[in-house]
Amino acid sequence: MTVPMKSRHLLSAADLTRDDAELILATAAELRSLADRPIKKLPALRGRTIVNLFFEDSTRTRISFEAAAKRLSADVINFSAKGSSLSKGESLKDTALTLEAMGADAVVVRHWASGAPHNLANAGWSRSSVINAGDGTHEHPTQALLDAFTMTRHLAPEKGQSLDGRRVAIVGDVLHSRVARSNALLLHTLGAEVTLVAPPTLLPYGVETWNAQTSYDLDSVLPKTDVVMMLRVQRERMNASYFPSVREYSRRYGLDARRMATLQDHAIVMHPGPMIRGMEITADVADSQRSVIVEQVTNGVAVRMAVLYLLLGGSESAVATNAQDESEQQ
Amino acid sequence: MTDYLIKGASILGGAPADIGIKDGRIVAASDVSGPETVDATGLIALPGLVDLHTHLREPGREDAETVETGTRAAAMGGFTAVHAMANTDPVADTAGVVEQVWRLGREAGHCDVFPVGAVTVGLAGERLAELGAMADSAARVRVFSDDGKCVSDPVLMRRALEYVKAFDGVIAQHAQEPRLTEEAQMNEGELSGRLGLRGWPAVAEEAIIARDVLLAAHVGSRLHVCHVSTAGSVEILRWAKAMAEKQSGWSVTAEACPHHLLLTDELAATYDPIYKVNPPLRTAADVAAVRAGLADGTIDIVATDHAPHPHEDKDCEWQAAAFGMLGLETALSIVQHTMVDPGLVDWAGVAERMSYLPARIGRLDDHGRPIAEGEPANIVLYDPAASRMIEASELSSLSRNTPYAGMELPGRVVATFLRGRPTVLDGKLT
Amino acid sequence: MSPTHPEIDSPAPADAGRTVLDARDVSRALTRISHEILERNRGSRDLVLLGIPTRGVHLAHRIAAKISEVEGIEVPVGSLDVTMYRDDLRMRPARALLPTEIPPGGIDDKTVVLVDDVLYSGRTIRAALDAMNDIGRPRAVRLAVLVDRGHRDLPIRADFVGKNLPTSTAESVAVRLTEHDGEDSVTIR
Repeated sequence: MTVPMKSRHLLSAADLTRDDAELILATAAELRSLADRPIKKLPALRGRTIVNLFFEDSTRTRISFEAAAKRLSADVINFSAKGSSLSKGESLKDTALTLEAMGADAVVVRHWASGAPHNLANAGWSRSSVINAGDGTHEHPTQALLDAFTMTRHLAPEKGQSLDGRRVAIVGDVLHSRVARSNALLLHTLGAEVTLVAPPTLLPYGVETWNAQTSYDLDSVLPKTDVVMMLRVQRERMNASYFPSVREYSRRYGLDARRMATLQDHAIVMHPGPMIRGMEITADVADSQRSVIVEQVTNGVAVRMAVLYLLLGGSESAVATNAQDESEQQ
Repeated sequence: MTDYLIKGASILGGAPADIGIKDGRIVAASDVSGPETVDATGLIALPGLVDLHTHLREPGREDAETVETGTRAAAMGGFTAVHAMANTDPVADTAGVVEQVWRLGREAGHCDVFPVGAVTVGLAGERLAELGAMADSAARVRVFSDDGKCVSDPVLMRRALEYVKAFDGVIAQHAQEPRLTEEAQMNEGELSGRLGLRGWPAVAEEAIIARDVLLAAHVGSRLHVCHVSTAGSVEILRWAKAMAEKQSGWSVTAEACPHHLLLTDELAATYDPIYKVNPPLRTAADVAAVRAGLADGTIDIVATDHAPHPHEDKDCEWQAAAFGMLGLETALSIVQHTMVDPGLVDWAGVAERMSYLPARIGRLDDHGRPIAEGEPANIVLYDPAASRMIEASELSSLSRNTPYAGMELPGRVVATFLRGRPTVLDGKLT
Repeated sequence: MSPTHPEIDSPAPADAGRTVLDARDVSRALTRISHEILERNRGSRDLVLLGIPTRGVHLAHRIAAKISEVEGIEVPVGSLDVTMYRDDLRMRPARALLPTEIPPGGIDDKTVVLVDDVLYSGRTIRAALDAMNDIGRPRAVRLAVLVDRGHRDLPIRADFVGKNLPTSTAESVAVRLTEHDGEDSVTIR
């Protein structure tokens, strides 16, 4: 079996061209209606084996990928590896070799180490397609895709409309957020304008070189924005002095009802989950009409179905032609 | 002991000449009898290289390297003396361990091994190790370092600098402020933010160097700075040396590693931990500054920081991987490629930076001597016109973690003589 | 570089080959098909038209319009994308999906008339039958095509045919419709 030159992997949102991203979103739109049918299955991936390789707990994302794979008639194997940066457990390499022996067509991998999906894709341990379901603080491409999909449904409901010129504010711990990185990359590719809002300690060194604006002042950004995406902020960051106290953080960067009232009528509130109510977002905001947080979860299955179908449904991948298989270079 | 006659070697790049070797010393060509001849046409003769910074891993990590295999790699790289860093298991913080390592080196016979003594007990950074006992031991330790870790406590660093004055010792600092670099993975720059790898900021190196320079000046001692990697560090060293010239009684020397003369942090984008090293690969601007610093003498010497690691510590995800790269067998080629061929330094300059000065800093009597009659016959013959493809599996080191695998590099060590006895002949170990 | 369906989506070139049906021929054929459907079904009760994208959908809408003129009743029209059910799915890169819109009344217990522009190997229709199986259970399925060019690979036949067009496998049939290509015609080249 020869490996085609196009990439079989989805490792980073940067791998997707604008055409790729729009194709995925259009496909997801079609697949979303599947949820209304009596038989919620399509035969496209019949006979393919997809492994969910999760080195970090995440019931939500794993179930989403599992549902997506099964609705495309693929066989799904769930592999939860214990082990962290402190206790190595079974190594990534050994796990990959085991999966290769089992004949996995694709591996959906979530790992605590940034770059682990790259290692899986390029180290030569296995020939499966690799789909990044979240690696360390690096990226979470399918999250960005489902976020963009959710945005188009609310801001550009007519078919073919784009996110060109739409303003998206991403608020919170950008430094440690793979969701922020993937979203910043993908939204820029789709023509949206991204503003990252955070205290200076939670913005990455070198963020000026990203295709995004930054601001330390949430109140000035909210009235002009079409989408507010609130990121999770962990209390523990306080102990490493990223901010002095929970109280100060939520006062300066939390989204509460008062701030929500300054949003334009059509603006929506998003959150990748899980939320820490009272920290970055209050209960009344999370449960309000503007919040599309629950819908994000539903859209996740359709988007992941689209990704799996386009990567695996044909003889070769239909997307992510930007990325190169590094094993093919040199 | 066999006499040798090296014919037609270009000594330090100069006109070809013959070199005689007899009873471990360099003699006139006419004074040898029944010699084995070594045809050195087209070869450069350099004094045997001296590495001030190597990790031989024995005792404790013999799965990565041993004194035997490490000194073989050293000989293949043209080295006749290496300083073995103290971060072994047990740590080399007593006379007993340093003598053990020194003896292992003598028994292996490929290269002289001068153990480095730890500054603090167990490298824990809490109290001084028995520096005097190590200095008085058979290993005659003069270089002390907690390399791998930084002596970050300013009081302890001050005491160490003061204490070693009694026996002409030097403290070699691994400059890395630990609090600024907790769990750091790669250079802090544009790329680290994008890759999601925690950054190792330049200031963590520079701030320690600045502090230690001021301490050395204040107490009047010798400071050596290991593996300088940033443009800012080079600037600080320029300032420091200017200051030392005006005062007296103290000095600062510094080393750069071959990988910091060539490789940049862009390589981390592959997430291949073969490029994971401490201090990390920096930006192109830093590489340029380090080269310039080595050329103008701000950085005195080249040292390899040869850091072998077994396969499983590098064949994994970046965050789980060990820090370090091999260096002994590729050092001279990298220096030729980055410094000699572009005209920054000539072969005499290479001899200074890779033999004379390291030996002086380490206070070695028999190494780093000029190639002249009467001197110990520590010589390396090097073919600058050759070129070779680096194959990890062909290296003499026990480990395979070289970042240059698959690269074509110039130059080849053809022969190495240790006190008149060849350890490498015809490009192979004897 | 998004993969589409070049043989379906691109407007067919106007100048190649000989015209076997012009605009009036197409209109007459569709009128006749509409009457035949009503005759066979004994009226428009429980009828659902599902066009196979892209041109089949336009044809289905035209047939529904004609039925509406004759019977005064709106017959439900939808579309059925067969991309995921194609038997050659694994042989090419994954293709973009086209819209599937099942009319609100569904297809259970209905007489579904599949509508497509050209019937050739029969594999598209077989895929459509598989797709419908996952959506519901029609009482009956019929097939209406504008052109039947022969060369079936599978035991599939059309119930309503605009024109029987014997062709050789070396030839190709191009259907152009106003909604998509700016004019109505069928050409062979």
